[in-house]
Amino acid sequence: MAGPDGGDTLTAGAGPLDVEVVRKDFPLLGRLVHDRPIVYLDSASTSLQPRSVLGAMERYYETTHANVHRGVFATAEESTRLYEEARASVGRFIGSKDPTREVIFTKNTTESLNLIAHSWGRSNLGEGDIVVLSEMEHHANIVPWLILAEERGIELRYIPVGPDGRLELDDLDARVSGAKLVSVSAMSNVLGTINPLRLIAEMAHRAGALIAVDGAQSVPHLPTDVGALGIDFLAFSAHKMLGPTGIGVLWARSALLDEMPPFLGGGGMILDVKLDRFLAAESPHRFEAGTPPIAEAVGLSAAVEYLGAVGMDRIRAHELALTGYALDTLAERLGTDCRVFGPPAGEDRGGVLSLAFRDVHAHDLAQVLDQFAVCVRPGHHCAKPLMRKLGVSATARASFGLYNDEHDVDVLIEGLIEAGRLFG
Amino acid sequence: MPDLEELYREVILDHYRSPRNSGELDSPPAHRVEGFNPLCGDEVVVTLLVEDGTLADIKIGGTGCSISQSSASLMSAAVKGKRLDDVYRLIKTFKGMMSVHESTLGPNDGLTGNGTDEDAGAADEPEAADLSKLGELAALQGVVKFPVRIKCATLSWNTLAQGLDDLESAAN
Repeated sequence: MAGPDGGDTLTAGAGPLDVEVVRKDFPLLGRLVHDRPIVYLDSASTSLQPRSVLGAMERYYETTHANVHRGVFATAEESTRLYEEARASVGRFIGSKDPTREVIFTKNTTESLNLIAHSWGRSNLGEGDIVVLSEMEHHANIVPWLILAEERGIELRYIPVGPDGRLELDDLDARVSGAKLVSVSAMSNVLGTINPLRLIAEMAHRAGALIAVDGAQSVPHLPTDVGALGIDFLAFSAHKMLGPTGIGVLWARSALLDEMPPFLGGGGMILDVKLDRFLAAESPHRFEAGTPPIAEAVGLSAAVEYLGAVGMDRIRAHELALTGYALDTLAERLGTDCRVFGPPAGEDRGGVLSLAFRDVHAHDLAQVLDQFAVCVRPGHHCAKPLMRKLGVSATARASFGLYNDEHDVDVLIEGLIEAGRLFG
Repeated sequence: MPDLEELYREVILDHYRSPRNSGELDSPPAHRVEGFNPLCGDEVVVTLLVEDGTLADIKIGGTGCSISQSSASLMSAAVKGKRLDDVYRLIKTFKGMMSVHESTLGPNDGLTGNGTDEDAGAADEPEAADLSKLGELAALQGVVKFPVRIKCATLSWNTLAQGLDDLESAAN
């Protein structure tokens, strides 16, 4: 069946995801690298895009492009409608009750988290106020708070990561006691750990704190319902969920947004400007100064439509099965030579595999794997505190998307065996 | 995998597995300088002792990939006991071997944390005669085919150059 733009072969429906069908929708998977078909295992970093997303953006530029809001000519009205429809469809995708007010477009997850720290943080946090983070956070959910700590003396507490790669929540009550905000990742970009958000949100609220969630890794791979999770803020990026780079989302409860001061100042975020003062617009416009990423919003909208058509439950089931296959096969073929950080396969484990292979440095592993056209990411994954805790300076990270299959895992293992041979 | 064999030559793997002049000299009297590769987290610690215009002793610490570690080890073996003039010449020749490709990278790709790389792109391309003087170091020539790895190979060299510059400015 043709997709919404006639480009994709995707069919919605029950039963397991047909990865062969899905793969045909992603043109980049047709690419050869070093004369081999590309094996793309870096979706935790950025995902690939289906034709429908690329087509929607191209069509927007070819037929509609005009600046949004305040235009009265036909294409400006259409462009505004597409941009605001994107807001609505992204909101529906995460279970927002009031997308037209609760969904803010940003540049990416990093900017969304900075928006929380800058706007909510600066108007609610002062000396000695407590923000609780976890040891598995990406730098994007640490540094904005460290900046506030330096600037105004807020106190940071960290939920520790246990030896199994899970958060240690036994004394969470004590840790969140007196806190104003808990800000944690829904799923670790290094360990794949899926954190029990509902539980953490409950405890945070009981202690009188709000809860912000870094959903960069979870929203693209798990069904998300902000209402059911009981959270207050959610940050995520389009480019990790089949959309384009350059656009991210901050969702927040509208009651919070109504009280928050603007983030960036400029056009589009005001009701009135005089020489000595300004009146800020309502949310979401208050937080979207300047011409927004319009084509990117159109692309994100198409991405959400694609994900919705496949079904997030099916995507999760596919990736869960693939992660299980990968962990089993790595253990079977490579034994103790290969160490995978994070929890065992299961309900609280996403498709992110941080690997150490013998004592081969992650950089060298990734180099050898590149010769097999296998794309993995070496390094600290912007989570240096976690890497210190794990006692490694770098890992090679393989991460899955809905388009990966068992063959990809097999080629990864072939490459690891070659690295073992080369480094003896 | 012919490209890989060219990158990971036996000399490189040997120096990676058994690094020469590994450790740290007491500082003082030695001068200690750290270099970082912020992109991959590699770090190198160079301690050097200069006496009477000669690099009397050098030791290398830190962690990193096979290319950064072997390059540091090869460097230490090549410069230890040499007159400073010769050390500077060797640094220039080595970085020249790496520079053609380094200069084609993005603005930050060739940078180390100590920011001593700005002259790399401007270094003269070495003469064949100079390359022949590199001895075992020439084994690292294969790295230029892998542009993102050049910064691994030059990390210890930039750090050494930084250390020598520190000592020179302290003396002036």
